[in-house]
Amino acid sequence: MHTQRRLGDWLFHICNYGFFTLFTLLCLFPFYYLFINTISSNDLSARGLVTLYPKMIHFDNYIQVLQLKGLAQAALVSGGRTIIGTLLTVAASAFLGYLFTKHKMWARSFWYRFVIITMYFNAGIIPWYIIMMKLNMTNNFWAYILPAVVSPFYVILVKTFVESIPDVLEESAEMDGAGYIVIFSKIIMPLITPIAATIAIFSAVSQWNSFIDTVFLMTNSKLFTLQFVLYKYLNESTSLAAIIRNSQGAVGNIDLTNKQTATSIRTTVSMIVILPILFVYPFFQRYFVKGIMIGAVKG
Amino acid sequence: MKAAIRPQSSMSRRSGSLIPDKFRLFLFASPFLVLILLFSYFPLYGWLYSFYNYRPGFPLSETPFVGLQWFKAIFSNPTQTQEVMRVMRNTLAMSTLGILTSVFPVIFAIMLTEIRTTWYKKTVQVLTTLPNFISWVLVYSIAFMMFSVDSGVVNKWMIALGFQEMGINYLAQDDHTWLAMTLWGLWKGLGWGAIMYIAAISSIDQEQYDAAKVDGAGRFRMIWHITVPGLMPTYFVLLLLSIANFINNGMEQFFVFQNAINKDHIEVLDLYVYNTGMLGFNFSFATAISMLKSIISIVLLFFANQLSKIVRGESII
Repeated sequence: MHTQRRLGDWLFHICNYGFFTLFTLLCLFPFYYLFINTISSNDLSARGLVTLYPKMIHFDNYIQVLQLKGLAQAALVSGGRTIIGTLLTVAASAFLGYLFTKHKMWARSFWYRFVIITMYFNAGIIPWYIIMMKLNMTNNFWAYILPAVVSPFYVILVKTFVESIPDVLEESAEMDGAGYIVIFSKIIMPLITPIAATIAIFSAVSQWNSFIDTVFLMTNSKLFTLQFVLYKYLNESTSLAAIIRNSQGAVGNIDLTNKQTATSIRTTVSMIVILPILFVYPFFQRYFVKGIMIGAVKG
Repeated sequence: MKAAIRPQSSMSRRSGSLIPDKFRLFLFASPFLVLILLFSYFPLYGWLYSFYNYRPGFPLSETPFVGLQWFKAIFSNPTQTQEVMRVMRNTLAMSTLGILTSVFPVIFAIMLTEIRTTWYKKTVQVLTTLPNFISWVLVYSIAFMMFSVDSGVVNKWMIALGFQEMGINYLAQDDHTWLAMTLWGLWKGLGWGAIMYIAAISSIDQEQYDAAKVDGAGRFRMIWHITVPGLMPTYFVLLLLSIANFINNGMEQFFVFQNAINKDHIEVLDLYVYNTGMLGFNFSFATAISMLKSIISIVLLFFANQLSKIVRGESII
């Protein structure tokens, strides 16, 4: 009886560890696979001979691919929308969340609901597109930023957080004659840094990963994001071939085994798109977890 | 007391300011409210286009008013009825598969908490949530690289192991599109989805387990009688939310994975609306579908909310 249970225990643990090891590898391997292909000989990589470890390591791809026409521009657009978008979203959500804790505000609960309802309702993508056109938001960089500035979910997060801060602090500042803006920037902002950091991380990741807005709104290649350019490279092999032909002259005579191929460009651009996420992920993982937990409490 | 110290607080705290506090607060908020109005409410005006025969480039005043023609077309025009039915079937199939697989994060969380090695548990958690933070374009790129016919690792290994004679173009086939999309969704979301349940498990009173152990309960009995009931409230809320989002399965995943071959089974509502409106230039018809979808979504949300009120005595929104 006793030995039987212990045997069962053993079996259970083996299966359990086995499953999690397998699934973790399944999550990790694709990233590793992309990476080893970007640093291996382009010739071998294009023939599918790089599967488990890198072969004939070189780092030319990263230098050459960034020189491709339009790629640096796309990186600039992606980086720009991430930085500007995140700063504005954090500032706006924090300020609006703070204002909504003020019971004195005119018709406060109406305006609060006015903001929150948009989380559950949208007019549909084509009506949205029509209005974006009317607002002059096609081929306009601000189309990446402005619609994301006020995010109801972040407003809820800040409001709940500010409500948990004791009023005494604010009241004493009010007594000294400080206005709302001074109180917000000098007292509230430093207190809500944990939640502001969480919002910043979420908003930065969603700006960086955003893709479909470019599909709808942008035809000007100067405003393409990295995600969109990557999608184009994956799907339009003819335009990719033209880029490869053009790039040969520009970068001069390179070792023939490392000249750019469709595979090398695709994997390298993918890696460039993933790298910022991989880079911030270990540092901010706990913020992600915190974010989903707060969200769960508030539902 | 307060009133004695600040006698004019209902008007204005600062001398020289004529705007009462309540309007001052509103004024501060107003730029953001305008943004919400423009980008979230103004699009409702776009619904008007579904009553016209709109063509891009012409102002609405110069386009013919057609009343409910596009709505009627959904039911009376055989080709359009067939198309909408096909798209609805895909949407419902994928949402149903999504709901069926929503127990996997629960199982994942329960099994992970059974692991006692802390560093191992942490590592698994960190690495399995990673795919959640990459875009669908990148998921597609990964799929593209790994399943590529002549250079992908999957085909190489399948051939080497003798399962295949030659390379198969896995992404360009329509045999198991729904299942494939569900599996990609699981790969991306399983670890992330489990986080909430892991936290819920850690908040279950440890004494319950200790008491059960004294009574001689084994691992599975404890899971079944303590852990699972402890997770039910969380699971139920998420289930209700997925009912509310039943016809809202997004577009990005299906947009990036679509191709000429799998189109029949991958086109969900939003993607169909995009393909007919933006590529087919049938703006008004696409708007009509868009509008119906929004209305059905709202009805579903209210339904889920009512259900929640009845069962849990609490609303979800």
